[in-house]
Amino acid sequence: MSGNNNDNWLLRVRNLTKIYGEPDENTLNLTGPEYNSNICPATESIVACADISFDLYPGEVLGIVGESGSGKSTVVRLLHFDMEATAGAAWLRPYADGGINILQESGQKKRFIRNYLMGMVYQNPRDGLNFRFSSGGNIAEKLIMAGNFHVGSIRDRASMLLEKTEVPVRRMDDRPSSFSGGMQQRVQIAKAIANNPPLLFLDEVTTGLDVSVQAKVLDLIRELQQDLGIAMIVVSHDLSVIRMLSDRTIVLKNGRIVESGLTDQILQDPQHAYSQLLVSSLL
Amino acid sequence: MNILEINDLSKLFRLHILNNKKIEGLRNIHFSMKEGEVVGLTGKSGSGKSSLMKCIYRTYLATSGEILYASEAGVIDLVKADDHAIIALRKNEITYCSQFLSVIPRVPAVDVVCERLFRVEKDKNEARRQAKDMLRDLGLPLELWDAFPVTFSGGEQQRINVARAIISRPRVLLIDEPTASLDARTKDVVIDMILQLKKQGTSVLCISHDEYTLERLVDRRLNLQHGQIAGAALA
Repeated sequence: MSGNNNDNWLLRVRNLTKIYGEPDENTLNLTGPEYNSNICPATESIVACADISFDLYPGEVLGIVGESGSGKSTVVRLLHFDMEATAGAAWLRPYADGGINILQESGQKKRFIRNYLMGMVYQNPRDGLNFRFSSGGNIAEKLIMAGNFHVGSIRDRASMLLEKTEVPVRRMDDRPSSFSGGMQQRVQIAKAIANNPPLLFLDEVTTGLDVSVQAKVLDLIRELQQDLGIAMIVVSHDLSVIRMLSDRTIVLKNGRIVESGLTDQILQDPQHAYSQLLVSSLL
Repeated sequence: MNILEINDLSKLFRLHILNNKKIEGLRNIHFSMKEGEVVGLTGKSGSGKSSLMKCIYRTYLATSGEILYASEAGVIDLVKADDHAIIALRKNEITYCSQFLSVIPRVPAVDVVCERLFRVEKDKNEARRQAKDMLRDLGLPLELWDAFPVTFSGGEQQRINVARAIISRPRVLLIDEPTASLDARTKDVVIDMILQLKKQGTSVLCISHDEYTLERLVDRRLNLQHGQIAGAALA
């Protein structure tokens, strides 16, 4: 199967699966929402996610919701090559015109795809930022990896990005460790979009921030989406974040998709028992 | 030409978390709407008016039946259409205006009104100019234009809600109680705005309890009772 056809997708994912341990042929049949478990009773292997398929369109925001351990972060980390998928395929339109399964590319090509075509914002700024570099240095790192070597233009772009993400430009040469949590998160976002990626992953980016800072980070993400038209996959356990940002939503439970649909439909007319429970738990 | 044709539409809510309780929302709905027609949807609270509208907009998933919509690109069944097709229609052709304003927080009133226009009109200042004209016509006090609608009164929110729905001149407008909580003068302004859209070819499905609004606005009424169409009458 090739990802290449006439549809207008930017990212196409099929049967993405990650299993830890030594699964046998029954592992996938004995785990999932119907068993309320992602641990195989026979082999004790853990199905972090299985059979995840979706298309993401250019400029679209896709939300992934689910409880802790449902596999939300695993999905984006597999697509960002932070870990290796057990099975499945993904195609990215700007890479070889969507004709090559990016999950099976060499390490060198994966680095190219990640540096040129993707951005990632982690829940913990320490995962996305190098705390030994200044905030400007972190952005420069991403720009250099994406093939920009001109010092002057790197500095200009870094200060433009910090301005855009409302980090005081005069703190460009300070290390993120001296920043507040919200500021660290905004530096991380500036770094993630430095290479103008068509695709941005956001993994629980507002979790742990207090509400006013959360609001600022969300407003920033929404603005970036509107102004730059970046397609995003937003992972969150918080339905109000999903409601604010995403056009479509996928609900995960025990590593499987139990429901997917338009975000307003998921929130107002959820079909699956688990989605109904999730929505009814909304404050 | 029929712009909407609804055949045997039913909606059953299955509440898994309440021991699989079933609630019947709509049963065997049949009706069609011509292009440029304004149809009033009436009936008691709980009779299924908003459910029907939400099924058309796909906020609710119909349980059975079909909703055929004559889109610019051909006839499409809104019950079965793929999510991306629905997103495209919402962006370009079909607008839904709910009973209550539900907006992204911390966005000024003018930009809330412009939201859909920003997607097609690249010149933001031109979009804002149109929004301001509309807010002026609707009599929204000038000092509220750059404020956040969350803090507005019911009538002020209602005007923002209507303005943002009609500013992009959709082909189909689904509008729920557009004149509730408005004074008589503003009510007339809103009705005139919707009639102006009708003149430009927009088809409108409008829920209302207000006899004056129905009298002035609609070509035809559909009365819902217990999720079924009770009787169609001319306005």
